[in-house]
Amino acid sequence: MRKRYLALKVESETPLSERDLIGAIWNSLIQLFGEYGTSKTNLYLIEFNPEDGYGILCCSRETVNMVRAAVAAITRVDEKPAAIYVIRVSGTLRALRKMLKVESRR
Amino acid sequence: MRKFVDLHLRPSINDLGQVEKMVKRSSDLGYRLVGVPLPHNIKGERVHQLKTICERVEVDLVTRIDLVPKTSGELLRNLQRFRRRFEIISVTCNSKSVARQAAKDRRVDLMAFSMGFPCKRFFDNAEAELASRAEGALEIDMASLLFLNSFPRIRLLSSLRREVSIAEKFEVPIVITSGATEVNLLRRPHDCAALATLFDLSMSVALRGLSENPSGIVERNRKKLSSGYVAPGLFVVRDVKPCLGV
Repeated sequence: MRKRYLALKVESETPLSERDLIGAIWNSLIQLFGEYGTSKTNLYLIEFNPEDGYGILCCSRETVNMVRAAVAAITRVDEKPAAIYVIRVSGTLRALRKMLKVESRR
Repeated sequence: MRKFVDLHLRPSINDLGQVEKMVKRSSDLGYRLVGVPLPHNIKGERVHQLKTICERVEVDLVTRIDLVPKTSGELLRNLQRFRRRFEIISVTCNSKSVARQAAKDRRVDLMAFSMGFPCKRFFDNAEAELASRAEGALEIDMASLLFLNSFPRIRLLSSLRREVSIAEKFEVPIVITSGATEVNLLRRPHDCAALATLFDLSMSVALRGLSENPSGIVERNRKKLSSGYVAPGLFVVRDVKPCLGV
């Protein structure tokens, strides 16, 4: 199964933990697509830096738009207002990490 | 490269700090043209201030008015008053007669419907056919999809799915806007397109609804509002002094 890697940027008033972030994404996916749809995504969080808010998600290629929609639908994490943006989608982790390095330096 | 447009940014106009914050975030997210609904009695000075804020972050400001008429007569009166003052006119159709009039009137750019009440969404085959002839577009705000939850969101998605399929059948352009009242409700263009797939709009059509469709409307209206415009297809290219000799 082919994978896609999504670079995320989290904007929130207070720093979020890795657990809060992945919990919010799972909840949003289950709300929008149900357990059956969510099971097709093979989603996992590869890394997340709470300090700068950048992270990387991995999912199956066929479900990229589902994951993107679920991420975009999040407006609150742990009852606090937050917005999560997908900065870039890539087929390789290396390309994405390179891009994130440049982005976080800005 | 695509030029992304958000024709419905809704900051409080009196709070210039909030306007600046939202316009800056829009620019960071990749939008190059933003539409801000303005009150009908707005002063030229305030519009100038807003334009300066937008220029600072390299975003082009589109002036827009949101009409919410109760009757079709009121809509006609408002169109007559405001058409030449604003670049975009959006009509929120809260009754069948208003929806019918908005669909057939060429002065209306965008037709919007109530997001919270599915019974007030009047976009059907007849409206679509009229809108297609009058070059009107269907406006879909993404903010409602973000703040609604469970049952109301399910009903909204179902209504939007039906309307989008009607619009595609009659080739009515779809314009996707943020409708954001605060910074946290803004999303990147590709994220908005991904959200639009929830009501069965393909990514390519959704991206067109965020770029070519709205920028085409703005371009068309700017031409019409320019001083050289005479009639469709007829422009004053240059003034020539009458030749009195011979």
